[in-house]
Amino acid sequence: MPPLPLHLQNSARPFIEVDHFDFWYGPKQVLHDIHLAFPENHITALIGPSGCGKTTLLRNLNRMNDLVDGIRHRGDIRLDGTSLYDPKVEVISLRKRVGMVFQKYNPFPKSIYENVIFSLRVAGRNDRRQLDEVVEKSLRQAALWDEVKDKLHESAFGLSGGQQQRLCIARAIANRPQVLLMDEPCAALDPIATLKIEELMTQLKDEFTIVIVTHNMEQARRVADLTAFFYLGKLIEYDETLSLFTQPSQIQTEAYISGRFS
Amino acid sequence: MSDAHSNPPSSAALLSSKGEIKVWLTATGLSVGLFMVIGLLLLITWNGLSVFWPQPVSEFTLTSQKDGAPEKIAGIITKNQTRRSAATGQAIEEIQVFTGNRDAYGLAFRFLDQSSLASTSLPADYIVAERSEYGKAIFTPVRLEFSPTQSLLASDPTFFPELHRLVKEGNARRTEITTLEKHEIGAVNARIDKLEIRLRKADSTAEDRAPLEQELAQLRSEYATLATQAATLRDRQKVEKLVYRLASGEERNQAVAEIIHFYQPNQLTLGGRFKIFLHHAIAFLTEEPREANTEGGIFPAIFGTFVMTLLMAALVTPLGIIAAIYLHEYAKPGIMLQSIRICVNNLAGVPSIVFGVFGLGFFVYGVGGYIDHGPAYPLPERWWFLASLGAVISLVLALLLTLKYSPTQALQPKSKARSFAENSLWITTALLTLLTLAKCPYFHGFFSDKLPSPTFGTGGILWASITLSLMTLPVVIVATEEALSAVPRGVREAALACGASKWQMIQRIALPGALPGVMTGIILAMARGAGEVAPLMITGVVKLAPSLPLDGIAPFIHAERKFMHLGFHIFDLGFQSPDSEAAKPMVFATTLLLIFLVVVLNLTAIQIRSHLRRKLQASAF
Repeated sequence: MPPLPLHLQNSARPFIEVDHFDFWYGPKQVLHDIHLAFPENHITALIGPSGCGKTTLLRNLNRMNDLVDGIRHRGDIRLDGTSLYDPKVEVISLRKRVGMVFQKYNPFPKSIYENVIFSLRVAGRNDRRQLDEVVEKSLRQAALWDEVKDKLHESAFGLSGGQQQRLCIARAIANRPQVLLMDEPCAALDPIATLKIEELMTQLKDEFTIVIVTHNMEQARRVADLTAFFYLGKLIEYDETLSLFTQPSQIQTEAYISGRFS
Repeated sequence: MSDAHSNPPSSAALLSSKGEIKVWLTATGLSVGLFMVIGLLLLITWNGLSVFWPQPVSEFTLTSQKDGAPEKIAGIITKNQTRRSAATGQAIEEIQVFTGNRDAYGLAFRFLDQSSLASTSLPADYIVAERSEYGKAIFTPVRLEFSPTQSLLASDPTFFPELHRLVKEGNARRTEITTLEKHEIGAVNARIDKLEIRLRKADSTAEDRAPLEQELAQLRSEYATLATQAATLRDRQKVEKLVYRLASGEERNQAVAEIIHFYQPNQLTLGGRFKIFLHHAIAFLTEEPREANTEGGIFPAIFGTFVMTLLMAALVTPLGIIAAIYLHEYAKPGIMLQSIRICVNNLAGVPSIVFGVFGLGFFVYGVGGYIDHGPAYPLPERWWFLASLGAVISLVLALLLTLKYSPTQALQPKSKARSFAENSLWITTALLTLLTLAKCPYFHGFFSDKLPSPTFGTGGILWASITLSLMTLPVVIVATEEALSAVPRGVREAALACGASKWQMIQRIALPGALPGVMTGIILAMARGAGEVAPLMITGVVKLAPSLPLDGIAPFIHAERKFMHLGFHIFDLGFQSPDSEAAKPMVFATTLLLIFLVVVLNLTAIQIRSHLRRKLQASAF
């Protein structure tokens, strides 16, 4: 059983467990024996220099890496106790339980309304009243409702970058997933839009288990309850955010957070 | 670089270092191209439009004598040129004159040496008349003869109103005759043909045949009535006569009702000329051709080109998109895919006549012949039963193997042996099904009654469209593939992350995003198809099609019919016409129209594409 950080072992339930997980792209091993658990209804940040494997790990949590040819893995990832690689698990239903927000906002070339309900449409749900409710609820949760309620049927490309990213968050939570994966969600945004998204994350963690990859250590410090530091495909340190940033136990962690390399 | 000061670079090196020469070279290349395109367009536009403009008629008095008086010729100057005399080598100025009156002179054009002209004048009373036979006539009117005893002189003030009235009546009657002969008699003929085929098939017992024969007799009498009506109308056309005088002084007769349209070019004001110009242009677009296509309009060719291009687009679009989706989204990258791509690209470079030959051999004779008379070499019955049994067994096995795959297993890759067995079973099923269909000894064709005259087993608009759609398939495939790869990866991943299956992602996100690019491909295909001639010549285009591929006689769409096409029309007029000089204006006008059609097609498509782009404009990624 992969452990939670000590201070949480009694108060929180591990929702995603990554159990001695190795991962290869072709001949190249990019993850080495990753062993950790993400607690329910908390925000966990994955930090580390480029190429350290944090995004690879994130994309394994909803099996997005299946799209790549020549991948191989060893070990296991369990979501709420069930292995992702269980032959009974369908990728499509898995992705309905694990929503994802990408680095670059990527709304579909459709109206705002259709963007939000896309996951419901592909699931075959077309009841107009239900859809209307979902749109309002998701947009409210994404703190976008007041800004777009009068132009729901206009193109999503008319929105600003920050609004588009919040729309993508609304889209990711429309189908009520249990987990929300965020791959550097603020990398393409200005500081004010970033602040809005960060506020949003703090509100969303009551309902979702959030895992966020970020390059921005200040951001990790501001929003994350827990932080995991990766280096060269290995998990170096995993702890409560505050203690990781103030008293890192590993020398590489200290070097990274103090800015000696990035 | 320390000696840069002591050794200043030569001016040539300075120039080339700035790249000026290369800029000039590129600019020259562009201007040569532009010059040629604009020159060609101007030439065609000028020549194509001047066909419709009413030119003045000049009367030339020659220095030579004929029957004791100076010879006179009237006509429209069409060309000025210099010719070198064969005997003396001197340059001789000459003009080409369109004299019309082919029935009187035998030829419609004459060359006159400038030196042989005594005088030239523009008499006001010349008439240019278009007739339903023998092309244009250029003459001065003498009198109208209503009957052998009653006539009206040209000097009478009521002469021209009367002439206009008679021409109008004649035109109305001609339309009536066409309707009678084409539609009503055509419909009766079609029914007679059907009955005759049924009679041929019917058993020879008298009570079977009696009702059929009775109906046939009734139809024949209907036919006779209509034919008499048409003949009466035709006779009526010949009653009024116009007596006219040629420039040479000869007087001739012309049935007034056979004049389609006339005008007095030397009396026209600018507005009048413009009216005649419009009249000519509209007649060109809406009328059927006359006189071996050198006169009249080109409506059937426009219609044929239009229907053929649409049919081709309707066939090539789904096929090309489906193929491109498979190639781009599903096929596993590797040598196989690479070589298929190369093949598709090479297909675009195959000469179009090769496609025509393939279409003739495979579609016209192969598939068309099969539809007409069933398989040429059917399997012996026992073998056929074996083959169909094999097809059913392999279908069942393939279905079992495919469907017994539970969806949860679908995540793991199938074992190699299993997928090999599955694939080969499906291929066997397809091959055996094809064999049982193509070689069925019990199928004798849908149109065996009409044999030996073929129905689908000869060139037709359907086969021509299919052949062209094969030819333009690579264009659509390549364009669609490119458009699909231009759909941002991020959007595709977002769709998958929302729980869409791969097909849902393609259908809802990738394809709509690729639509502008797909449209471009279809437009290119249509423009190429509309302008193609060679493959059509052997798969269904004719010089003169008796009827359009769409008409009012059931079943309305006649996909087996031969058709006319603008591209072929140009070739036919310019190079196959009995009087190519007379056909030259038509060639220019037709070319202008074809270019215009292609431009309109392209502009429409560009408009649609930019509209779609604006709608689907992807984020800057």
